[in-house]
Amino acid sequence: MVLNSIEKLLEKYDNGETTLQEEQQLKDYFSQETVAPHLEVYKSMFQYFLQTHEERFTKDVPLKPRKTNTLYKWISVAAIAVLMFGIYTQVGNQPQTRTLASLSPTEREAYDKTMEVFNLVSSKLNEGSENMNTLSLVSSNFDKGADNIAYISEFSRATNKFLKTN
Amino acid sequence: MTQAEFLNIVMPFKDKVFRLAKRLLVSQEEAEDATQEILMKLWNNKTKIADYKNVEAFSMTMTKNFCLDKLKSKHAQNLKIVHSNYQDKNVSLQKQVELNDSLDWVSKIMQELPEQQKIILQLRDIEQYDFNEISKMLDMNETAIRVALSRGRKTLREKLTKTHNYGVK
Repeated sequence: MVLNSIEKLLEKYDNGETTLQEEQQLKDYFSQETVAPHLEVYKSMFQYFLQTHEERFTKDVPLKPRKTNTLYKWISVAAIAVLMFGIYTQVGNQPQTRTLASLSPTEREAYDKTMEVFNLVSSKLNEGSENMNTLSLVSSNFDKGADNIAYISEFSRATNKFLKTN
Repeated sequence: MTQAEFLNIVMPFKDKVFRLAKRLLVSQEEAEDATQEILMKLWNNKTKIADYKNVEAFSMTMTKNFCLDKLKSKHAQNLKIVHSNYQDKNVSLQKQVELNDSLDWVSKIMQELPEQQKIILQLRDIEQYDFNEISKMLDMNETAIRVALSRGRKTLREKLTKTHNYGVK
């Protein structure tokens, strides 16, 4: 009797016409230990559906609050503000270029002294560079010597040839 | 919206999202990643959540599309088949082994079904949504859903009968 109604329900079930309540009825029936042998197939189906329904999602979801984002935004705004301020003050404080004529007498004196010292240094530097000439003379003589060595090696090659032919 | 409020909305159906993802992607890890992705997307759009009529249906649609995209993009390259361990109380060991085996068969056979039938069987027989909700989630009419459902159930039953009769597939 029960079996009869179950079979009817199963037919409806196969055709996709059962309601959720009827499907629940079927699930209840098939979760028993024993069912009619020819319906064993359905048992594993419904058991599988019930088992699978028990599966749970256990992983944590890292939900980052959005606050960090806005914080970064404000930090960048502050950084730009500081940068702009820095550029503004630097540009504003740049010393104006002055001509020689506008110097006061003491400043003029200091300027002249400095120029004198610079000139002295540069003249000494030129003297030193004259000494460099002797060094270059030595190096040219050295090159000459190297050329002579080339002659010697040529000579030794000729000797080797001579020995071979004998 | 605070984190707690968001979790209250999401908690009831996060398992359903996970199970649908697992049905489609097969591998446990892939399904976990997909679920995480879906929840993160919801979280990032949390300001719009209030506008959605049915967050749950919306998330299920999202999950379906996301998983199908994933399958298409990598065409199941590295998807592993993972078997869960089913636990049963009050059955003898012999029975339990047998049962586990046949439950494994059900999941294997379900994997062979076409994607759409898989989704519909999952939503109907496992998650027990009514046809109205499913039709909203999948954007299909109810008759088409019934037809696909019936086809899926019949294939499932026939293939299962075969394995029961021969013991091999």
